[in-house]
Amino acid sequence: MRYLPHTEGDVAEMLETLGISDMEDLFEVIPASCRRSTDLDLPRPMSEWELDHFMENLSARNTIDHDCLLFLGAGRYNHFIPETIGAVLGRSEFSTSYTPYQPEISQGTLQALYEYQTLMTRLTGMEVANASLYDGASALAEALLMAVRVTKRKKIVLSTAVHPAYRKVAATYLKPTGCEVVELPFLPSGRTDLSPLDEVAEPAVLALQSPNFFGCLEDLSRAAGLVHESGGLLAATFTEPLAFGLYRAPGVDGADIVCGEGQSLGIPVSFGGPGLGIFATLEKHVRAMPGRLVGKTRDRSGRRGFVLTLATREQHIRRERATSNICTNSSLCALASVMYLASLGGTGFRDLARLNYDKAEYLKRGLAGAGWEIPFSAPTFNEFVTAIPGDGEEVYRRLKEKNILAGVPLKRWYPDLSEHYLLCVTETTSRDRMDMLVSEVRS
Amino acid sequence: MKERTGTTGLVFNEPLLWEMGRTGRSGMSPPPRDVEPAEVCEELQGKGPDFPDLSEPEVVRHYTRLSQWNFGVDSGMYPLGSCTMKYNPKTNERQAARKGFASAHPLLPDELSQGALRLMAELERCLAQITGMDAGTLQPAAGAQGELTGMLIIHRWFENRDDRRTKIIVPDTAHGTNPASAALCGFRALAARSGPHGILLPETIEELMDDETAGVMVTNPNTLGLFEENMEEISRIVHERGGLVYCDGANMNALMGLVDMASTGIDILHLNLHKTFSTPHGGGGPGSGPVMVRKELEPFLPVPRVVEDESGALRLSENHPLSIGKVHTFYGNFGVMVKALSYILSMGPNLKRASELAVLNANYIKELLKDTYHLPYDRTCMHECVFTDALQQSYGVTTLDISKRLMDYGFHPPTIYFPLVVKGALMIEPTETESKETIDTFIESMRSIAREAREEPDLLLNAPHYCKTERLDETGAARKPCLAG
Amino acid sequence: MKEISELLFPDDVFYAEDHEWARLDGGVITVGINDYAQDQLGDIVYVELPRVGDTFEKGEEFGTVESVKAVSELYMPVGGEIVAVNTDLEDSPELINQSPYGDGWLIKVKPDDETEIEELMDKETYLAMLKEED
Repeated sequence: MRYLPHTEGDVAEMLETLGISDMEDLFEVIPASCRRSTDLDLPRPMSEWELDHFMENLSARNTIDHDCLLFLGAGRYNHFIPETIGAVLGRSEFSTSYTPYQPEISQGTLQALYEYQTLMTRLTGMEVANASLYDGASALAEALLMAVRVTKRKKIVLSTAVHPAYRKVAATYLKPTGCEVVELPFLPSGRTDLSPLDEVAEPAVLALQSPNFFGCLEDLSRAAGLVHESGGLLAATFTEPLAFGLYRAPGVDGADIVCGEGQSLGIPVSFGGPGLGIFATLEKHVRAMPGRLVGKTRDRSGRRGFVLTLATREQHIRRERATSNICTNSSLCALASVMYLASLGGTGFRDLARLNYDKAEYLKRGLAGAGWEIPFSAPTFNEFVTAIPGDGEEVYRRLKEKNILAGVPLKRWYPDLSEHYLLCVTETTSRDRMDMLVSEVRS
Repeated sequence: MKERTGTTGLVFNEPLLWEMGRTGRSGMSPPPRDVEPAEVCEELQGKGPDFPDLSEPEVVRHYTRLSQWNFGVDSGMYPLGSCTMKYNPKTNERQAARKGFASAHPLLPDELSQGALRLMAELERCLAQITGMDAGTLQPAAGAQGELTGMLIIHRWFENRDDRRTKIIVPDTAHGTNPASAALCGFRALAARSGPHGILLPETIEELMDDETAGVMVTNPNTLGLFEENMEEISRIVHERGGLVYCDGANMNALMGLVDMASTGIDILHLNLHKTFSTPHGGGGPGSGPVMVRKELEPFLPVPRVVEDESGALRLSENHPLSIGKVHTFYGNFGVMVKALSYILSMGPNLKRASELAVLNANYIKELLKDTYHLPYDRTCMHECVFTDALQQSYGVTTLDISKRLMDYGFHPPTIYFPLVVKGALMIEPTETESKETIDTFIESMRSIAREAREEPDLLLNAPHYCKTERLDETGAARKPCLAG
Repeated sequence: MKEISELLFPDDVFYAEDHEWARLDGGVITVGINDYAQDQLGDIVYVELPRVGDTFEKGEEFGTVESVKAVSELYMPVGGEIVAVNTDLEDSPELINQSPYGDGWLIKVKPDDETEIEELMDKETYLAMLKEED
C-alpha cells in the first residue's frame, strides 16, 4: 500500500527492538472478547486509476448547473471562483497543517487568519471577528447562546423569515438549555413583523436574517432600536454576504452580533459543506465570544508576529465553563474567503454585488412581465420569491422536465406559501439563461 | 547522527494585505455584465467594505510567501498526540474537487443528487463496518460537534423515558472538548480519576454512577495512549444503572480492523474523519465528526437521514419524530466525506495494517526514548505515548523548551502539557505513514536535544532558531488584544 | 515556578485554602491572591472582578484571574459587601504578579461578621497545608 512505508524487513527490525516476535503481541492488552474475529468486510483496495473511474461515475450522477438551468440559492450560492484560490489554497503548507498552536512554525496560517478576521470586521461593520465557526446555522446558534450569557436572560426572539435550517439548528442547540423561543411572523412585504416584540418582556436577543430567507432586506436599524430599548441584543444573520457590497453592513445599523455563512466567498457549494461560519461582535463582548482568535504581537527580537490568543474562553482551558465546545473550525475555508476577497478587492466586491442585484432584478421584471407574481414588496438582493399562478406545482414540474429548476419550493417549510418559489441569480447566470426561463414561462 | 533536517532558507518578509495594493487594481475577472443597472433602494444602500485592491500576481505571491512560513504534514513529521497527523493522499483532493461533487447544490431534488446520496450511504456503511456499530450520521462538522450530537442523543433518550439525569462521568484521561460538550446539554461533568496504570477502574465508575448520572464519556484509547481494558465491565455497570456509554473515538486510528467497538459495550461513538480517515486538517478545519450508534439509539439521530427505497433509489428523509433535530445547515461537510471515502476505498481491508503500524511506530518510539525521557506509564501503548520533562527539569528546561528546539531539527512538536493528568506532558503520535528512517531520525533528534539540555541548555531556552519568528509574546497579546488591523 | 521557600508570605494577613489572602483594617477587609497563587498562574493577563455593592457569602465565587493558558476562580474568604475593587488591574493586571499583597489587591469587603476572618489560616498553618499538597 503506497501510503504505508514499512517493508517486512522494517517491521521485523522494529519488533526485534521491542523484544517481541509478532505484531499480535502489541495487542495482548486488549481483551479477546473485544477483538474482531473477522477481517473488515470492505471491498478490496482500489488502485488510484480505479478510484478515479468510480468517483467520476458517482459524481456524474449529480445534476449540476452545466446540465440544467438551476435557479437555486437558499443558503448555498453558485459564484464564480478564480483558479488562483485553488492554486494558493491547495499549497499543502496550508492544507496539511494543524491548528496553529505552535506559532513559530504556523505564521502563514496565523497571518492569513488575522487578515481574515480584519476583513470580516470590515465586511460586517463590527469591531472583532473570530477565526471562523463551522457554518451559518451553528454560528447563529452560538450567537444566541452568547446573547444569553451576556444578558443573563433566557428569552430568544427569532424571526420566521430566518432560514428554516438555521432555526432548526438553533432549536436543537437551545433545547437542553431551557431557553424560551418566541417566533415573529412575517408581513406581506416579506419583512419580519416586529410589532409582537412589544409584548416580549426582557428578551435576551432578537435574531433577524438580512437579506432574509425570502431574499428581502430587513429594517435592521429599527429592529436594533426596539430590542436595545428593552435591554436585549440584536443578532443579525445572513446567508449571502455579497449583499454587503450593495447594502449597509448590519454593524452600521446597530447589530451587536453579526453571524452567518461565508460560502459565497470563494468556497464551492459542495452539496452543502464545508461552509464557513462568520462570527463578529463588539469589542466589549469579546470575552463572551465563541471560537478561536488570532492576535498580533511581537517576537523576542521585536518582529511582528501572530498567535492564538484569549484562549481562556475556550474548551481546552475553561472546560465545562467555556464559551463554546468548538475546537476544529473551518480554518481553510476562512483562508479561501480571504484569498477570494483579496482577488476581488473592495472595488470588485461592490461591482460584483451590483451585478448580482441587477441580474436578479432583470429576471424579476421578466417573470413579472410573463405573468408570475412577485408577492413581497421589500427590496431584495440576488434572491426573490415568486408565486406561480394557477396550478403552480404543475408548472414547476413541467419546467423541471425541460431541465429548468425554477427555484426552491417554499411549501416544505411554509405550508401557507404553496405555489411559492425562491429563485436565485448570481453573476454566473447569463442573460440568455434568464431569457430561456422567461420564454418558457410565457409559452 | 545524520545531518539535521532542519536548516535555514530564504524566507520572505511580507506585509499585511491592506498594506499592499492600489485602488483600482483587480485580481479577478467575473463574468461580463449583460444586463442594465436597475434602481437600488437608497435608504438601504451602503458604501461597501473597505478591502484593498490587488492584482492576481500580488495575491498569489502574498499567499505563497505566507504558506512558506507554515509547517505541514507534507513538510515533515508531525507527531502531535491525539491529532493523528497522517499523510493526506493527493487523490482524495482530486475526487472532492470533481465538478459533479463540488458544484452539487444541496437543495437539488433527491433524484438529481443520487451520486452524492450514494456516496454518503456508502460512507455510513463503511464506518459501521469499521466500528461494529449499527447506524450513524455524517452531519457533525467536527469532533466536538460529534460529541455535542452524542450528548444531545443521550439527553433526548432520557427525556423520552421521562428520566431526568443531570450528571455525566468524564475521566481525567478524556479529550479536552468533552466537559464543554456535556455542559452544552446541561450535564455536570463528574471527574473520574484513572487508576494507577493510567486506565479507568470499574470500582471508580461503581462509586460515581447513580440514577441521576446519564452515563460516562470515555476516550478509548485514552489520551495516555492506553487501551481502556475494563470497558466491558464499565459499560455493564453503567447500563445496569440505566446509563449510556459514550466513546470519544478520536483515537480510532489505533483500532481499525482490530477491535469491534460495539463489543466494548459502548452505545455511541464519534469519529474524526480528519484524523483517522486521512482528510487534511486545513490549519484548523474543516473536519467531520460522524456519530455511530447502536440500533436502539438510531431513531434519535439528526435529520435528514439518507434512506434507500425498495427500488434502490436514495432520498433524504426528515420523518423521524424522535430525532434530536439538526446540527448543520445541510448534511455536514460533504467535501470531507468524499475524501474519507476515497481513503477507505483505496485502503480496503488494509486499514487494519494501518492501525497495526501506527501502534508499532508509537511503541518503537516509547521503547527507544524511555531511557532519555521520563515515561510515567511504562506499558504497551496504542497509537501514542506520553513522556514528561521530569529528567530535564534540573537543567532548567521544560517541555516547552524541548518542543521549541524540536522545530530546529525539522519536526513539529508533540502535543504538550496534555493530558492534564501528566505534569509537563509530551504526547507523541507518529502515525503509520512515517517510515522507520524518519522515526529513527526523530528519536535521534530527541536524544540530541536531551544532551543539549544537559550541556548547552541555552540552545533550548532560546529555541527556535531557524523559524520565521523567535518565540512570541503571548502574554502581551492577551493583555492588550489586537485582533484586527 | 519558584520553590515555596522563595515565596513571600507576610505575617499580617490571613490565608484561605484557595490561596486568597485577607487583611482587616478599620472594619474593611482587603482581599488578594497570595504569592504562591500568582507564581503558579504565571503572567496574569486579565482579572474579572465584581461590582461595588455586590454581596457574597463566604466561599462564593466573586471573580476570576487569567494567565495565558489558565483560569483560576476567586472565592470569598469572608462573606460581605464589596465596597471597592482595584480598577488599576483593568489596564495593569501584572500588578498582581509584581505586588500581590500591595498594589495587586483585588477587592475590599465590608464583612457581615468581622470575626469570620479568624476562621482563616495563619501563615504557619497555610504553609503546612502547602507542603502537604506538594
